[in-house]
Amino acid sequence: MSFELLGEAIIAGVLLGCFYAAVSVGLSVAFGLLDVPQIAHPAFLVLGAYGAYYLGGFGLDPLLAGVALTPVFFLAGLAVYRFYHATFESRGTDAGLRGLAFFFGVAFIVEVALILSFGVDQRMVEAAYIGKSVSLGDVRLPMRMLVAFGVALVLTAGLSLYLSSTFTGRAIKAVAQDQTALALMGADPVRIKQWAFGIATGTCALAGALLIIVAPVEPGLGRLYIGRTFCVAVLAGLGSMPGTLAAGIILGVAESIVLTSFGASWAPAVAFGLLLLVLAIRPAGLFGR
Amino acid sequence: MKLRNSILASAAAIVAGLSVCTIPAGTHAQDKTPIRVGLSIAQTGPLSGAGKSGLVALQLWRDDVNAGGGLLGRPVELVVYDDQSNPSMTPGVYSKLLDVDKVDLLVAPYATNPTAPIMPLVKQRDRLLIGNFALDVNAQIRHDKYFNNQPWASARDSAAPFLGLCRKLGAKTIAILAADAEFAQNLAGGVRAGLKEAGLEPVYDQNYPPNTVEFSSMIRAIRARNPDVVFVASYPSDSTAIIRSVNEIGIGGNVKLFGGGMVGLQYASIMQSLGSALNGVVNYNTWAPEKTMDFPGIRDFLARYQAKAKQANVDPLGFYLPPFDYAIGQILAQAVTATKSLDHKVLATYLREHEIKTIVGNIRYGPTGEWANPRIIYVQFRDIADKDLEQFRSAGKQVIVAPDAYKTGEIIAFDQARLQMSR
Repeated sequence: MSFELLGEAIIAGVLLGCFYAAVSVGLSVAFGLLDVPQIAHPAFLVLGAYGAYYLGGFGLDPLLAGVALTPVFFLAGLAVYRFYHATFESRGTDAGLRGLAFFFGVAFIVEVALILSFGVDQRMVEAAYIGKSVSLGDVRLPMRMLVAFGVALVLTAGLSLYLSSTFTGRAIKAVAQDQTALALMGADPVRIKQWAFGIATGTCALAGALLIIVAPVEPGLGRLYIGRTFCVAVLAGLGSMPGTLAAGIILGVAESIVLTSFGASWAPAVAFGLLLLVLAIRPAGLFGR
Repeated sequence: MKLRNSILASAAAIVAGLSVCTIPAGTHAQDKTPIRVGLSIAQTGPLSGAGKSGLVALQLWRDDVNAGGGLLGRPVELVVYDDQSNPSMTPGVYSKLLDVDKVDLLVAPYATNPTAPIMPLVKQRDRLLIGNFALDVNAQIRHDKYFNNQPWASARDSAAPFLGLCRKLGAKTIAILAADAEFAQNLAGGVRAGLKEAGLEPVYDQNYPPNTVEFSSMIRAIRARNPDVVFVASYPSDSTAIIRSVNEIGIGGNVKLFGGGMVGLQYASIMQSLGSALNGVVNYNTWAPEKTMDFPGIRDFLARYQAKAKQANVDPLGFYLPPFDYAIGQILAQAVTATKSLDHKVLATYLREHEIKTIVGNIRYGPTGEWANPRIIYVQFRDIADKDLEQFRSAGKQVIVAPDAYKTGEIIAFDQARLQMSR
């Protein structure tokens, strides 16, 4: 592989990795910080994508649609967590396993609801930045991937800032470390977790809009993202926002180089092999404590 | 009195019994229990776009048959399950169709991947199976009661017209990009097998995993090899992403032929969404609204299908799979009606020996249960405008460039075609 092609592969990988980070950041909060087995996260992403598609029918830009839907998703997240907590989490030590079944069920319901509402055909959106590219010397970069890059930076930086510099953000980090200690400080861990889950679900609106900007969506698409998003969240070191961005970029670059050079069919093996390698050396993940 | 009544009742029962016994074989007109046709077809998952439209076509056939008095005087009932486009589901579904639902006739799931796992079961149970767009699934198993309804008989058949186009354009080098899944691999295998004969040197040959999101890396790698031809065997979402990437970052000025085995470029929603990005692409298809494809009854069927498609929220054009799924019903109906039987051995013998009249043309079967005269067509997208579904109903938008028997136009090299159409 020539240096020129390698350079192109790395740049494309960084853009792809930022996209992976953007779609995984909510899971880093829900699974990484809250220990909630949110296997329905990709289904919520697809729901966000369809929301952007629906609002696109009224002439709204998909990114703006994602922003507009964020509060709606936040409220939905609050409701889902409250239900999950009341019916599963508060009832015993095997909540994790039963929670997995609950969120699997939620994912299935979301998929079927989308099929009934929109049909099974692929959906795409239109925007000025879709289908066009930007030239950087001899390298042409798809504008939609540059948008994903920008949104990923904003999402991870915003969440990092929120978690480190606000009272609620620090409480969310605290609940991830020691719920009992947080309760002793007078805060309600369940309410904090509910709020954090709302944020995690809220990010799905914007990340879902990215999903349909980057590629067409169909109701069952979420299944393809389960492995990838969990891989990024675990590689990051559960709950770390900068780690999520770094893990996404590492996976994206590795995948891009493999797809360009060694043999495309090795891409998933390399990505998950990388995860195993990192976990063997640093069991807490790249940025884990 | 009681005794007399019981004697009369017994006598009546005996007479009734005798009269049943004396009904000649084949005149089961009194039997009004439905003939049950069982199948699984993707209603969810990546194959559901075509699967749902295929089901609408089968339902149309059922309604047509029942409106005409049914088969052997019995109504037809479809027993349908959603296999979720998941090959691991189908063996269980077909066991249930056979053992619990006890269906009379079997239709295979839509597509190669879900069909392949049921072939051992169907052969072991020695049942008649009408295939539904499955490529090469009987090549090894050789079940003598399998009859596939698909206009190409093998991967080599499907590749032959494409390789012919390569020769016509004077191509010397080829890049192959194929999804790592059964159907795409079969298609790519057909091309790989014919490379030497076509005088093509492979300069890039990669399989990509089915969950690939972004294809620009692979398109860049292909562009760096500067091939004359790019053969792509992909599934709907990949096909869309690949065409988009080619449009965004380019594939190189040398490419004379691009496409081949891209699933999805036959679906209305994808064609409409990609619009002008499709110009110049050459891809396989099963039917196009061109004059050489006017088989008796197909236009009428499409008009009726399209009226139903809107309310069923499925492919509004229905060119790809629906006519062939309606034809599956016609294949079963002709065999059952002609033999007056539901015996699978009798039906299989009939299908092997007779020509079947369908809306996709007359079909004769070869030794492995594939069409004896395959008819895969390759179309080139031309003068496609953005955001216009209606244009695809007209001739001249998907010009048939191969095989010669159905050709409606000459191939134009990919780079030239795109240049012409961008003016």
